[in-house]
Amino acid sequence: MNLRLALASLWARALTVGMTILAVALSVALFLGVEKVRTGAKASFANTISGTDLIVGARSGSVQLLLYSVFRIGNATNNVTWQSYQDIAQRHEVDWIVPISLGDSHRQFRVMGTTKAFFDHYKYRQGRALALRDGLVLDDLFDTVIGADVAATLGYAVGDPIVVAHGLASFSEHKDQPFRISGILEKTGTPVDRTVIVSMEAIEAIHVDWKRGAKIPGQVTPVDRIRQMDLRPQAITAALVGVKSPLQTFKLQRAINEYPQEPLLAILPGVALQELWGIVGIAETALLAVSGMVVVTALIGMMATIFSSLNERRREMAVYRAMGARPATILCMLVLEAALIAALGAVLGLAFLYAGLFVAQPMVDSAYGLWLPIEAPSLQEVWVMLAVIGAGAIVSLVPAIRAYKMSLADGMMVKT
Amino acid sequence: MRDVAFRWPGRAGFSLRVAHLRVAAGESVLLLGESGSGKSTLLSLLCGTLSADQGMLSIAGTPVSNLSGSARDRFRAEKIGVIFQQFNLLPFGTVLDNILLPLRFAPLRRKRAGDAIVAAQDLCTALGLPKGIGSIKASALSVGQQQRVAVARALIGQPPLIIADEPTSALDANSQLAFLNVLFSQAKTHNTALLMVSHDPRLGAHFDRVINMADIAEVEREMV
Repeated sequence: MNLRLALASLWARALTVGMTILAVALSVALFLGVEKVRTGAKASFANTISGTDLIVGARSGSVQLLLYSVFRIGNATNNVTWQSYQDIAQRHEVDWIVPISLGDSHRQFRVMGTTKAFFDHYKYRQGRALALRDGLVLDDLFDTVIGADVAATLGYAVGDPIVVAHGLASFSEHKDQPFRISGILEKTGTPVDRTVIVSMEAIEAIHVDWKRGAKIPGQVTPVDRIRQMDLRPQAITAALVGVKSPLQTFKLQRAINEYPQEPLLAILPGVALQELWGIVGIAETALLAVSGMVVVTALIGMMATIFSSLNERRREMAVYRAMGARPATILCMLVLEAALIAALGAVLGLAFLYAGLFVAQPMVDSAYGLWLPIEAPSLQEVWVMLAVIGAGAIVSLVPAIRAYKMSLADGMMVKT
Repeated sequence: MRDVAFRWPGRAGFSLRVAHLRVAAGESVLLLGESGSGKSTLLSLLCGTLSADQGMLSIAGTPVSNLSGSARDRFRAEKIGVIFQQFNLLPFGTVLDNILLPLRFAPLRRKRAGDAIVAAQDLCTALGLPKGIGSIKASALSVGQQQRVAVARALIGQPPLIIADEPTSALDANSQLAFLNVLFSQAKTHNTALLMVSHDPRLGAHFDRVINMADIAEVEREMV
């Protein structure tokens, strides 16, 4: 019944209370939303690559190697020679090895040369394998497999021709090689979605008539002749390696890092991801801090609202006092009221979050490849909500103590 | 209710001394006084929201002046029905909420009231309030109805003393009389003592006894 009267009292001030609840709700929705994006980003980040024990590339920084080999961001400073690749592949620790060749593009998407083994060994989201939505894996020299985003953005279907450009800024397109889309991959939420995959040989084929990044004037090798040529790659950009036993990972890593013929770098994807997240994560933490401040602001707004309501509610409090309510009861009532406002705000905020997720999920997914799962509130989210309610109650102590003093002084007689 | 006597050197340059005041059980007493004569202070002392610095104040056999602040609050809830000038009710609560409000702070009084909701409805009927008024919001009532609800609230659970602070000043002359009549008849029925404060001497004829504030109290004001 106390609660019912408190609710009735709140209802009597529906407009101001509603605004306060709205402010709390929006701040909670923002905070939970940022947290959701943060964990979503972190998860999809960590889920980008799994099942690969080592990534090998030319010696640079581990984050850089991870960025260009997995995220297709930036470029390799140097290549790995085919010879080195062969040497590593023949080591007894190596269970499988998949070469990657980057440097070309199709429209805004990167082209990656690799082998069929890539489809067997590239895993994401705790060991999930790539799957074809349509078509076949690379069969022919000029076959390409495209990621889901590539297909969606450019409206490609299996069988469509595709032109692969040399270099990343596509001012010079390899018009003479008739590539064809043989398969489209399922959406993965990883950079693979935005990648055009061709065979290693195809990468070589593209560059048959090219030398040092420029087209050899007048030279056009017919497609039939290209097919006859020895298209063994000279160099690769990076390689994904799986070891036979996890115990051998570090031994192999050391061996590659100390490879005498060429400066190479082998990284553990998990460690490099952590390192990269350490850099990216600062921005996320800052965002979280800002949205935390928004929650604090909303709660202070609530405090101000309660403060300003005290004067008009002196009579109400006097009635309670006359009926035998203690000043402490008045204090409790105000704290309860604030907790109610905060609770309603938190619940409404959660509702906003889900409504927002429902609307934004497909957009965020297609725009950023970020999958925000719609699921029951996590324990952490429940804690956040409880913390908001608790903080609301604590903040309300300030006006409540003032009301306590006022009701002590006023007693049951309000002079005004 | 016996023997009320206290002296109270007040604060903020205002002091009130009352040598002796006594209201018998079931008696109705009108306390007359101009504004500033210390009526409100006296009522606050009686109700226990103010505490006397010296002297003895006892209500229904309990020495209230010896009680702690929260015990006085509890005592007020149990033993005293309070009616204000106006703004008696919680506007957002229903009539029933308002009538039952004191019982919430007074478990013994709640027990005395028996079935509280039935008791409240009986009081409403006795006070001439329309049937089914219990679920109406207090803010929807007329001033006269509000004052009657306030009486019902003061009477519920039969407290031994009702203190009324100019409850009729917001009413016109006819309603005043009607209001006093229901108040008296209810107080008689429940053998409740009634102490009413007013500045209007015309009401005196209806009471058992009229006391002038000036006769019993000594007010000092020190201008600061």
